[in-house]
Amino acid sequence: MALDGVSLEVSEGEDVGLLGESGCRKTTLLLAILGLLPDSARVVRGTIRFRGRDLLAADEPERRGLRGSRISIILQEPALALNPVRRAGAQVAEIVQAHRGGSGRRCREEALSTLAEVGFSEPGRIYDSYPHELSGGQRQRVVIAQALVCRPALVLADEPTASLDTTAQAELRALLQELQGRLNLSMLLVSHDLGALAAIARRVLVMYAGRLVEAGTPADVFAGPLHPYSRGLLAALPPPPPRAGLWPRRLPTPIAGSPPDPASVPEGCAFEPRCPDRLPACVERAPREEQPAEGRRVRCFKYGG
Amino acid sequence: MEAEPPLLHVRGLTKTYAGRRRGRPAVPALAGIDLQITSGTDLALVGQSGSGKSTLARCIVRLEEPTSGEIRFEGADLLALRGRRLLAFRERIQLILQDSAAALDPRMSALDIVSEPLDVLGRGGRIDRHRRALELMETVGIPSGWAERRPRELSGGQRQRLAIARALTLAPRLLILDEAFSGLDVSIQAQIAGLLQDLKARHALTYLYISHDLALMGALADEVAIMFEGRIVEHGDVARVFGDPRHAHTRALIAASPRWPGAAAPPAP
Amino acid sequence: MAGGGRAAGALALATLARRALHALLLLIGVSLLSFLLLELAPGDYFSEMRLDPRVSEATVRELRARYGLDRPLPERYLRWLASIARGEMGYSFAYGQPVGPLLWPRVRNTLLLTGTSTALAWMLALPLGAWWATRRRGPADAGLAGLTALLLALPDLVLVLGLLLLAVRTGWLPAGGMVSLGHEQMPWGARMRDVALHLVVPVTALVMGTAPMLVRYVRAGLADALDAPFVRAARAHGLPERRVVFWHALPAAANPLISLFGLSLAGLLSTSLLVEVVVSWPGLGPLLLEAILARDFYLVLGPVLASTLLLAGGNLLADALLLAVDPRIRSDA
Repeated sequence: MALDGVSLEVSEGEDVGLLGESGCRKTTLLLAILGLLPDSARVVRGTIRFRGRDLLAADEPERRGLRGSRISIILQEPALALNPVRRAGAQVAEIVQAHRGGSGRRCREEALSTLAEVGFSEPGRIYDSYPHELSGGQRQRVVIAQALVCRPALVLADEPTASLDTTAQAELRALLQELQGRLNLSMLLVSHDLGALAAIARRVLVMYAGRLVEAGTPADVFAGPLHPYSRGLLAALPPPPPRAGLWPRRLPTPIAGSPPDPASVPEGCAFEPRCPDRLPACVERAPREEQPAEGRRVRCFKYGG
Repeated sequence: MEAEPPLLHVRGLTKTYAGRRRGRPAVPALAGIDLQITSGTDLALVGQSGSGKSTLARCIVRLEEPTSGEIRFEGADLLALRGRRLLAFRERIQLILQDSAAALDPRMSALDIVSEPLDVLGRGGRIDRHRRALELMETVGIPSGWAERRPRELSGGQRQRLAIARALTLAPRLLILDEAFSGLDVSIQAQIAGLLQDLKARHALTYLYISHDLALMGALADEVAIMFEGRIVEHGDVARVFGDPRHAHTRALIAASPRWPGAAAPPAP
Repeated sequence: MAGGGRAAGALALATLARRALHALLLLIGVSLLSFLLLELAPGDYFSEMRLDPRVSEATVRELRARYGLDRPLPERYLRWLASIARGEMGYSFAYGQPVGPLLWPRVRNTLLLTGTSTALAWMLALPLGAWWATRRRGPADAGLAGLTALLLALPDLVLVLGLLLLAVRTGWLPAGGMVSLGHEQMPWGARMRDVALHLVVPVTALVMGTAPMLVRYVRAGLADALDAPFVRAARAHGLPERRVVFWHALPAAANPLISLFGLSLAGLLSTSLLVEVVVSWPGLGPLLLEAILARDFYLVLGPVLASTLLLAGGNLLADALLLAVDPRIRSDA
């Protein structure tokens, strides 16, 4: 079982962040939304609705029509997401062509204007470049242009800052913030970069082993985490400079153990083996979702149940 | 009073690559690096991609030859070593890289991987070598029951532990960790960081961390050197560099570090 | 950096020029080596004659001197090079005329055969391999795997003999040769049809011999490309599947296929030898075989050199295509 009872909502114009580490199946969630799960995966229960439409009931041509034009995705590893033997601009223009048709010239113009929007000062030069001629940050911006060119209603972003170095990450955060404001995007941002989540998301959901374990605003979740996993995660992060270097220096506190094997998720709470605040009930059954405060949700026996 | 020579002393190190495109000028990857590492004091080399930090690491372990300059390790001229003396030096500086999956032979078992250095050098009998490899695996937190597992059956964090165990086999004095934390989950990064601190005292190690992650380096290292376009633009105690950055690039890196609510005062565990 | 494309283009031309020079050196080397090896092989055209008691030793010696076979090796090599420049390419003892005019019609016939079969093999292999790459673990997958394995295992000789047998038994197709009797008297259209009918058996044999390997390579290359992250990304953008396969995956998989294509070209004059001999197709194959059996020195060298020329040409074309298709190779050149 990869995903277990994950419920979330993204309203128009809202940005939601999903925080989790590898093994929490966040990419699986994104692929499920797009209908791109491999043949070996099946949705057993639940619904995915986009503007009222049931995506699971839709057939493949309908889903393909939505992909890239109404719901688009920014995948991990921009270096690999672009075809190395095709020019960058063509890979943006073809998306316009596939969804809206039109002459080659018009598609090229749309691609150029989107490339300018994502911050390229010389969109024409980038259009004609091959991916290996661009830097990591530039490639990531091309990938964002691909996601935005058809003006989607919802953008899914899978770890957009993960493969970049610090300055490129900061530039990307700023770019996403700016685009969010200017284009009024709805985004579902999956990331373990708390800086990106804090800058962009209005709500943050924490995922562990295929379940949602906590929800709230970034201020709530990062400054006052409720779930032991969230607390552990935040304690495991080194604080940003200058705090990082000041005495007394705090070494990041690890969470003992490792995430469970997806093939054998236990009966009770998935985090129980690693939890410093275990209760007897934690092994017996999985905790329900509690709402300890307005806008706050947490799945843990410490807060009821 | 006789001062002990620094563990590693780099002077004026320069590396230029001949222009790959004919007709274009040669590109300096390193432009005169001066660096000292004192035994017991961990140094972090922080820079963005293209700053030359990995090139520096590779020159220090002689995977690449610098164009000019000097490297002294424990007082001896590193660049002049050849043959058996070079091999002897290789035992005392070890390198851990980012992509552990690529650094470990996928067809070898964990035990074979860790005992390989001793096997190759023929130190001790086979049983002794296996015993030592198992000891080291326990030290880094890999249970001995996993000795026969292949790298692809291990997680990223476990593979890094294995790489560290292998590096420790020959009792090095300096361990260079080149982006060894990138690609690992945050909680696993913290585990590996804790492991390294444990090992430091027990095995008398000194670390040279190389990374672009300023925050992590600040938490782990004692001193930090900021690299920019092949040069070291700032160098000093972590507290000093973070509290009072002097170079513009340092300030830029500090400003670019991700921040989130509650970051300054992390929650009590 | 995109403007560096022009610089990269100039660099590519320089690389090609270098490769062309290497090809020339290859030709010279091969010609020298073949010359040497043939010389070292025992006997010559006139050895048979020596066994005949009616022919005197003196006559044989005189014939050898007349054809220059008693001259030292370097001199003969240089004279041969000169004769190539004249278009004669040496002298055939069996036919009593310069080699050049003997070769060209044969080369033309062979190229007709192999050109047709290579083109057909590729036209078959590309769509079939592409289709196969998209079918994982179904009956189609197993079926094609079995069929290609079977065809690869069958020797070419068995294939062509089998087809020949079929032609003879059913009478639908001519049993060998390139033209029927009275070919010259036929009108233009009927002549073409005549040759086409004669082509069916050898071309089918050659295609059945070469296509299975090509299909497998196309499938393997495409299957790899279809697993690539950028293909997943292309699908995630909602691109139609046909575009994903043919515009994205296939060019990315092109590298090994282009090299293979170069090899196909290189083999245009050599791979059909067996088939030509069996069906009596008047191409280079039977000529070469005859010449070898008769020790007709210069007539053996002619086809060898022609084949090498095509080999070098094929490789050069493959290099040029690779440079054109893969921008990464252009930048690294």
